[in-house]
Amino acid sequence: MSEVRYTDQHEWISLDGEIATVGITKYAAEQLGDVVFVELPEAGRKVGTGGEAAVVESVKAASEIYAPIGGEVTEGNPALDADPASVNADPEGAGWFFKMKISDKSEFEKLMTREKYDAFVEGL
Amino acid sequence: MSMNNQGRPSSAGIVQNNELPTISGDRGLDHEENLIFELGRDGMCGVDFDDVEVSDARLGGMRRRKPIGLPGLSEPEVVRHYVRFSRKNYAIDSGLYPLGSCTMKHNPRLNEKMARVPGFGDIHPLQPQQTVQGALQLVSDLMKWLTTLTGMPAVAMSPKAGAHGELCGLLAIRAALEARGEKRKRVLVPESAHGTNPATAKFAGFTVDEIPATDDGHVDADVLRAKLGPDVAAIMLTNPNTCGLFERRIIEIADAVHEAGAYFYCDGANFNAIAGRVRPGDLGVDAMHINLHKTFSTPHGGGGPGAGPVVLSEALAPFAPLPLLVHDQNGFRLIEDELNLPEGAKPFGRMCAFHGQMGMFVRALTYMLSHGADGVRQASEDAVLSANYILASLKDVMSAPFEGPCMHEALFDDSFLEGTGVTTLDFAKAMIDEGYHPMTMYFPLVVHGAMLIEPTESESKESVDNFIHVLRGLAEEAKAGKTARFKDAPRFAPRRRLDETGAARNPILRWTPKDLPQAAE
Amino acid sequence: MRYLPLTPNDREQMLAKIGAKDIDALFRDVPKAAVVGREAFDLPDTQGEMDVDRALTRMAAKNVAAGSVPFFCGAGAYRHHIPASVDHLIQRSEFLTSYTPYQPEIAQGTLQYLFEFQTQVALLTGMEVANASLYDGSTATAEGVLMAQRVTKRAKAILSGGLHPHYSAAVETVANLSGQVVRAPTIPGRADDIAAMIDDETACVVVQSPDVFGMIHDLRPIAEAAHAKGALLIAIVTEAVSLGLLESPGAQGADIVAAEGQSIGNGLNFGGPYVGLFATRQKYLRQMPGRLTGETVDAEGKRGYVLTLSTREQHIRRDKATSNICTNSGLCCLAFTIHLSLLGEEGFSRLARLNHARASALADALTKVKGVSLVTPSFFNEFTVKLPKPAINVVDALAAKGIIAGVPAARLMPGNADAENLLIVAATETNTKDDCDALAKALAEAVA
Repeated sequence: MSEVRYTDQHEWISLDGEIATVGITKYAAEQLGDVVFVELPEAGRKVGTGGEAAVVESVKAASEIYAPIGGEVTEGNPALDADPASVNADPEGAGWFFKMKISDKSEFEKLMTREKYDAFVEGL
Repeated sequence: MSMNNQGRPSSAGIVQNNELPTISGDRGLDHEENLIFELGRDGMCGVDFDDVEVSDARLGGMRRRKPIGLPGLSEPEVVRHYVRFSRKNYAIDSGLYPLGSCTMKHNPRLNEKMARVPGFGDIHPLQPQQTVQGALQLVSDLMKWLTTLTGMPAVAMSPKAGAHGELCGLLAIRAALEARGEKRKRVLVPESAHGTNPATAKFAGFTVDEIPATDDGHVDADVLRAKLGPDVAAIMLTNPNTCGLFERRIIEIADAVHEAGAYFYCDGANFNAIAGRVRPGDLGVDAMHINLHKTFSTPHGGGGPGAGPVVLSEALAPFAPLPLLVHDQNGFRLIEDELNLPEGAKPFGRMCAFHGQMGMFVRALTYMLSHGADGVRQASEDAVLSANYILASLKDVMSAPFEGPCMHEALFDDSFLEGTGVTTLDFAKAMIDEGYHPMTMYFPLVVHGAMLIEPTESESKESVDNFIHVLRGLAEEAKAGKTARFKDAPRFAPRRRLDETGAARNPILRWTPKDLPQAAE
Repeated sequence: MRYLPLTPNDREQMLAKIGAKDIDALFRDVPKAAVVGREAFDLPDTQGEMDVDRALTRMAAKNVAAGSVPFFCGAGAYRHHIPASVDHLIQRSEFLTSYTPYQPEIAQGTLQYLFEFQTQVALLTGMEVANASLYDGSTATAEGVLMAQRVTKRAKAILSGGLHPHYSAAVETVANLSGQVVRAPTIPGRADDIAAMIDDETACVVVQSPDVFGMIHDLRPIAEAAHAKGALLIAIVTEAVSLGLLESPGAQGADIVAAEGQSIGNGLNFGGPYVGLFATRQKYLRQMPGRLTGETVDAEGKRGYVLTLSTREQHIRRDKATSNICTNSGLCCLAFTIHLSLLGEEGFSRLARLNHARASALADALTKVKGVSLVTPSFFNEFTVKLPKPAINVVDALAAKGIIAGVPAARLMPGNADAENLLIVAATETNTKDDCDALAKALAEAVA
């Protein structure tokens, strides 16, 4: 069973061994509106913590997705190219963005739990 | 991720049309019109000239082998096709066009006539200069008007539009810094700025540092001052700003910028508020582009062409790009290369081929000569007066985020719609049904659900009163919970709301024959 | 003032509603030091239509209009016949006085012609997608180089020696900021050896055909060489009518095509406004600058058009935009689209053949003049001849006789000794046989 953590940038990160899967939260997907395109990082790209890793576009907005934890990208979600709408339909499942091999698990522990994130969103 | 909460609905939804459909699919004067590629017949042609055959001898083996795929139509068919298109467009000539920051003023037809006189319209940019002395005189006269109205010593004429002018100004700043042996990297840009400002700064090789706005809609001069430092190349400020306000502390800001060794770029998009009353040169501006298609009424033409000459201060003038225009005993002369520069000139390069948007120059000078300096001043005053009149007449039913007086545009936010279920977008689309083009929406970004109204000086009081009457009516309906007219709007336009999400998810950017695989996919 | 509808009485009433004492009260935020009166402007007062018309008509009369004399200038701007209906249609209020189509429901006219324009440009250039135009050919070329730098993540751009020198300069202005621009030597009448200059750091090679001297080049070997090193080929066309007779850049392997569209539908206008054509491969779509119109449906399911993929643009991406461009060349696109629609396949091809025939006949006539030789073995409607004396002097001498003979190469490439005696001559369907005879005769006298 993998663990899931959240960031104040509205990303979720699910860790399975040393492989993390990253996407945006349901809240973020709702704020963005209909997603029309996701620009994903290529496998092998190294990103530092907080580094720009992807771009998600709706009709009227483009937002950068920052890597919650540093590491090396292992794959982008191949399904998003043909079906960007899955980010809206299932943001915390089929609409994941990319997977990465993380370098420092302790960074993961510092991120918000679901409970904390929900409280954070509540306070916005 | 960085969030942009100004996003607006972009899917059309589905509406049921209960009208009895016509047999043709047309609706009175509103004709459905297919694409030109779906009309026509092979071999038909709307222009007659000699049909000659040519040999391949001098074509270097590169003769086209396959047809292009263009349809063939006669002249009456082509004329009808585009006339029908034209009837699907809103235009200043047919109604008030209150797009904030776009200055949709009347386009005098004398401007069009003069631009088409063969002595201006039918001359080549590279024909001998002694055969275009009148054209060079026209450019020189326009330069005099622009430098006099702005109180600036020099102007670069070649930039082809506002954003191109911004680039020209920043490149002149870059060159001036380099001449001082400095490499400053940072450009300060208010968060309320037009998107072109940060895009241009980045384009010109600088990094962008945003300055917040104060609660009263002005740039935060204290934050700005604190951000100044030895690595700041310039600030880019719009004045009057995009909230429709004159930056009160502008001279103080300019002084601080100069003290820090930086330059002051002013976005001249809103010059129509102050032309003939305030000279940017007196405010400490180092460079400012002038959108001839806004302030000086060369037409917008459905999105261009524009023209964006840039006035320059003493400090930046030597770095103006090629070509330069000089006047000596032999008349006017264009300096087109670095070999024959006048003393002190150090051009940073060239913005484009040839000498700028001559067709727009003729129109702009025609406008200026028609108005005169007194008319330009009166136009600015009327534009400001009309905007304030709208602000004063609507602020009780709509919500104005900032205290007036405003300059030539009145800004409202969407707080008056709170709880009504009606959004700024719905409100704007309902204006279409009332016969108006909507105002600028969701800009500037510093205001929630922004509605920016710029009536310009071209509207009579009756026209402005009618507009106010309609907006009051819509605001009252929305607040009264009568939302039907908003949610389905527009109902009386050639199209209902369009599915922008679908367009972006599955881009179809050209016509392709139905029996071929979509080449564009 | 005839353009200002407010009366003094209106102004009084409006000020009263606002609660302002006078107009100055509305300008109260302007610092006192910056308030000036009418006297601060040494400029004339309002004038009526007759006076303005007279003043400007007099100014125009000091210029020699191309249509009034035998006229042979090209080098990036070409005089063609524009059917009367083109100029009539683009002056319809609904086209002329509308803004960028941000409200698609009431701008379908503009959007639909832009969609037609994009299709026409894609077809002409042999590419998959085209945008809704850029400012002109030179700025489109510069944007093409920046796009190639983004796509390849490489810095170096190699410009062919045959690229119009103004275009090269416009590219250098922007592409040197973050990259490196290298110009190949200019060798009139020959293909430069640009393929040998391509290396692993090369983002793109930029090749114009027909080049600034009028010479036609085979882009295929250059495309192959570029692709072999992972670089892009940017093909430049300054005379769009040539595409009616010559193989499209797309068919020759170009990755980006940047072109000047003035020749179709747009007058000379002393250099602007013109219309930049920009086309590329589908796979580079999201790196393409400029506005795009796309097909969609409305809420009733009817076909309609909207501006799309605008997240690439400055008003959304701000400092992360693909370009800072805001306007396109709307009305010039419309003129282009209408003219090309009038021509159709048959007319466009016929027009192109006629241009080549006129230029061929003129080249034959000029090279019969003693001491005059043809520099460009292949050409479309423009060629370069070598004269026995400096071309600038010859052009000036002929201008004094009422003949505009062409563009001296030295005007475009000053300081280049090889260019001094070269004259670039264009002939289009507008040049009659009499014009051509007059030029040949006058040239013979001038170089004798």
